[in-house]
Amino acid sequence: MFIAAEGVEHNPILPLWQELVVGTISFALLCFVLLKFVLPRMEAMYQARVDAIEGGLKRAEAAQAEANQLLEQYRTQLAEVRNEAARIRDDARADAEGIRQDILAKAREESDRIIAAGKEQLAAERATIARELRTEVGTIAVELASKIVGESLADEARRKGTVDRFLSSLESAGAR
Amino acid sequence: MSGQLVVAQELPWPPSVGDFYPPNVAGPWVTKFGIMVWLAVALLIIFFLVAYRKPTLVPGKTQFYAESLYGLVRDNIAKEQMGAAGIRFAPYFTVLFSFIVLTNLFAIVPGLQISPNSHIAFPIVLAAISYVMYLYIGARKHGLGRYLKQSLIIPGVPWPMHILLIPIEFLQTFVVRPVTLALRLFANLFAGHLLLLVFTIGGFVMLNSNSLFVQVTSVFSFLMAIVMTFFEVLVAVLQAYVFVTLSANYIGSSLADEH
Repeated sequence: MFIAAEGVEHNPILPLWQELVVGTISFALLCFVLLKFVLPRMEAMYQARVDAIEGGLKRAEAAQAEANQLLEQYRTQLAEVRNEAARIRDDARADAEGIRQDILAKAREESDRIIAAGKEQLAAERATIARELRTEVGTIAVELASKIVGESLADEARRKGTVDRFLSSLESAGAR
Repeated sequence: MSGQLVVAQELPWPPSVGDFYPPNVAGPWVTKFGIMVWLAVALLIIFFLVAYRKPTLVPGKTQFYAESLYGLVRDNIAKEQMGAAGIRFAPYFTVLFSFIVLTNLFAIVPGLQISPNSHIAFPIVLAAISYVMYLYIGARKHGLGRYLKQSLIIPGVPWPMHILLIPIEFLQTFVVRPVTLALRLFANLFAGHLLLLVFTIGGFVMLNSNSLFVQVTSVFSFLMAIVMTFFEVLVAVLQAYVFVTLSANYIGSSLADEH
């Protein structure tokens, strides 16, 4: 029943020419439609997806690199700042020491000066006192002597040179 | 009993080449095979157009299937056989691959139950396209003379050997390649259909036999038919893969700079 009506079996190795035509036209149509409207977009989508994935990875890598760089930068900055701080502290310490030394030196100078002034003043006062004393002692001694003698030796006080000579001889005797 | 015998006699046993040529539906242009090819073309166009109606970066289900098919051909066939140059040809290979797979699978689709590729005309068309393609590409890339020289002359062989090698290489590149490409696909589908016929119709013939033993053993025949059906699925995909891979390989060798 299924055998070809002509009763002659077709040789399966030989193509039917109508089928060659049908096959060519239909496959050409398939290729035309799909190659024109679908597959280029598919390749584009493929590329877009690859870009999206690889681009994402690249962006992440770049962000990571940037973060690392920033971290490094911050670290160096921090180290610099630390060094700076240490330097400033050292400077301050040195300054403070210098100032202290200065103040000490000045204070010492001042105290020396004060002491020297005091000594000078003392010496001057001493000299003044000694001078006053000398005249006063002379006067007192003369008055005492006049009282003891019971008569005024006021006239003789004019002979002050005698008293002075006496006292000088006393001093030189004491110094010897 | 006599009715059964009539049925048995009506079954075309043994299966023959005639089974591959059903009567025309309406003249030589509207045949079962022609209709099946148009059906395959229509199905593929609809599938791909629907899948890529609104493509998105994160694909939907249909889009994903279509892209998986493209990805398979692009990366596992085109790139594998031709390197980066293959991506240019991946769209055509995808069309070729999906067309062959679908028409091959018609062999086991109820109602169709035969693949258009079991008529050699269709494999011839497909092989001819690959043939013309790799010849044209080779001639365009290297120039006709250099392409012929490159295809026929194997470098580094003592000259007397060329007397033997040139005809062999010529036969290989220009005759055997396209012929085997078409024949391989055709023969596989032809034989596959014949096998299914043998086990299915054979099963019915055994069932109609007078001997109870033969009737019972027909079960094995039907089981074999089922096994062979699964086997046909494997053959359908495998032959499509082989056809496209070899086409890619031939085009790749045309593009290559050495023999």
